Amino acid sequence: MTRPRHNLWAVAVLLMLAAGCARSPSPWGLHDISGLMPPLVFTLHDGSGHIRHAYDFRGEVVLLYFGYTHCPDICPTTLASLVSATRRLGAAADRTRILFVSVDPARDSPAVLQRYQQAFGPRVTALSGTPAQLRELTRRYRVSYGLGKPDADGRYEVSHSSAVFIFDRDGAARLLATGTDGAGKIATDLKRLLDG
Amino acid sequence: MTSFVHYLLPWEFSPLVVLFCLLAGGVYLRGWSRCRRTAQPVGYWPLASYMTGLLIVYLVMQTRFDYLSQHMLWIHRLQHLVLHHLGPFLMMLGNPGKVLAQGVPAGFQAAVLAPLWRFPPVRALYALLQNAVVAPLLFVGLIWFWLLPDVHFTAMLSAGRYQLMNWSMLIDALLFWWLILDPRPRHAARRLGYGARIVILTLIVPPQILIGAHMALAKVSLYPVYNVCGRAWPISPLVDQQIAGLVTWIPASMMSVIGVLLLVRRWMNESQNTALPAAGLS
Repeated sequence: MTRPRHNLWAVAVLLMLAAGCARSPSPWGLHDISGLMPPLVFTLHDGSGHIRHAYDFRGEVVLLYFGYTHCPDICPTTLASLVSATRRLGAAADRTRILFVSVDPARDSPAVLQRYQQAFGPRVTALSGTPAQLRELTRRYRVSYGLGKPDADGRYEVSHSSAVFIFDRDGAARLLATGTDGAGKIATDLKRLLDG
Repeated sequence: MTSFVHYLLPWEFSPLVVLFCLLAGGVYLRGWSRCRRTAQPVGYWPLASYMTGLLIVYLVMQTRFDYLSQHMLWIHRLQHLVLHHLGPFLMMLGNPGKVLAQGVPAGFQAAVLAPLWRFPPVRALYALLQNAVVAPLLFVGLIWFWLLPDVHFTAMLSAGRYQLMNWSMLIDALLFWWLILDPRPRHAARRLGYGARIVILTLIVPPQILIGAHMALAKVSLYPVYNVCGRAWPISPLVDQQIAGLVTWIPASMMSVIGVLLLVRRWMNESQNTALPAAGLS
């Protein structure tokens, strides 16, 4: 009896759904994660054993990366690529900060972290935390990590994500770089982020 | 023992999921025990089926299984097999239409549910979702949509979209399997005939095979988000994707086969019953 009205409502619902799906093209080279991930929040310690919070880095564009110092290739390569990206910014590099979070606190004592960050220059800060603090942070950014089985010499591998999460100067999550994104591409987006 | 309990705790606690499961379980139990006291009680099998379905829905969403689903493609597909097929299928075998109607407190039914049901947009939306063409399109369309590589990428990054994905799979499946398994007698108002239901169950198989085969046979990794965020344990991306394809392909199609067999049996039973002159029709 009320069938025509039902159909009108149905059309209205479908139109609203279609409107919700429409998107404009992204101006970024990296993955745009604005609104997808929560703002940067953590409590960790740095290479001098001091407690550091996310708000200590407000005002800087933060590049967050998870790894461990015994990592044979991927971590140093990624860090080197991030450092190279910030160098391309010239003087603006001072307003960026690369946070290397070790998920292997058993081996990465503050002293180890300190030595490690020095190898990559002043833009890199190496951090780590208790297993609970690390679990909290990795859960927040939906990344996994796992410690492998130790071999006869006690050496073990650590599986970790390859994501670099980039936050603007207010700590809002903005971009996601992956292992395949080159320094040039990252630098372009960092510049846009610093200008914007 | 403590580590076992550890695995049963939610990875990301969701009050909404807990509330849904408590309400869906509690109202059903109340309705079931009230039905026991009537002339047409609901048996133990429907109760067991409904509760099993609800329990596995809870387990895949609110235990460590959820962590694995976020970090391994094939376990994600397993989670959706439970949310989109197995869980709601088992729940709808529990005759929930009759039992839940008995279970909802009369005051709430009169004050909230009845006015809501009289509200035209609600009725229109329900009619649309239960439409014989829209329901199967939506059922398969949701599987396809959330597996579009770009959509999947953001769904796995954003906690909100992840929740939306899982809820949409669950709610659509409850509606779809209700349409298919609705046990009301043949001439009940608005009920879809057995023939149409069997056609629907048959039509949803080829697209699901295509989606599953596309994943299982792909030579490249379609879902880099699991590389980016890290897998739950070391496994080759292609092996992960191949298993994921098989999980999407085979068990999902099996659910249609089981559904068809069940409907054929009901159809035959009902034909025999209606052949008798004493059979009562509503």
